[in-house]
Amino acid sequence: MNPIGLDQYLCLGALLFVCGVICMATKRNAIGVLIGVELVLNGGNINLVAFSYFNPAFQIEGMIFALFVIVLAAGEAAVALAIVLNFYNNHMTVDVDSAEELKG
Amino acid sequence: MDAAQPILFWLIAAVTGLSAIGAVVAQNIVRSATWLLFTLAGSAGVFFLLGADLVGAVQILVYVGGTLVLVIFGVMLTAQGPFINIKATSAEWAISAIVGLLLLSVLVVCVGWLQFAGPPQFRPETAGQQIRPVETVTEFAPKKDELDKNVQTSHYSQTIGQGFLGVGVGPAHREGAGVVRINYLLPFELVSVHLLVVLIGAAYLGRAKRRRKEIVP
Repeated sequence: MNPIGLDQYLCLGALLFVCGVICMATKRNAIGVLIGVELVLNGGNINLVAFSYFNPAFQIEGMIFALFVIVLAAGEAAVALAIVLNFYNNHMTVDVDSAEELKG
Repeated sequence: MDAAQPILFWLIAAVTGLSAIGAVVAQNIVRSATWLLFTLAGSAGVFFLLGADLVGAVQILVYVGGTLVLVIFGVMLTAQGPFINIKATSAEWAISAIVGLLLLSVLVVCVGWLQFAGPPQFRPETAGQQIRPVETVTEFAPKKDELDKNVQTSHYSQTIGQGFLGVGVGPAHREGAGVVRINYLLPFELVSVHLLVVLIGAAYLGRAKRRRKEIVP
């Protein structure tokens, strides 16, 4: 089998990114949109770690920024879920199409 | 290691990619969250395969242990009656699939076309211009062979922790007479303040309130 290079890892990251974009576009449940955002951030993370492995100049930087992305994604998920729960309490639905007027 | 790496990569990549596709295709939101669990675990495996053990461990701890539990709690708190599978129309599905496949083909063609190999070289046409304010010193970057020989699992973790505490571990620059290496103390502080703000904001937004009686369609 051929040795695995940077290209294969970047293609895997691109696949996760595109899956996340399609997920954000097609899900009508607000939590489904959040799942799409998580997929996009994971695709970016795979790219960062792959570059840090294959390019010695970015060795520490890639891992550190991947850690920052993970932490920021956790914060983003917490705030987004709080907003979704608040919206559900007020409107009794999680359909993003009915969130046209966000008066709270 | 060298013989097993392609097999492991294709195995983990298949799990990760198929689970991501499953998370998109699943109509039930609970199943979609379950597929997301396998995707996150698979990408943690990719990080372990790339030698980034600290990032893989943090991925499992924070993502699989924290974020996914949050998502599943959100699903459970809001999954009532018809909202558990609201579907998009098939025309929207077709448009999204076409756009997504076009985007994927553009990305894959670009990846195959650019031929990333080794550290970046300065292009000859930009050799005379001063693009960066300080000159990058490449001889202080760690050599790949030394890092491959060093199989201590605490190696990266120690370096990353020192970088967060203000020890210069990043790329080296020549400033004046000496060599300065970048540290990551300021981003660490920024992320800490950001997490505090997020915690207060989420607690404020998600506090228990009296539920409204009327149902807005």
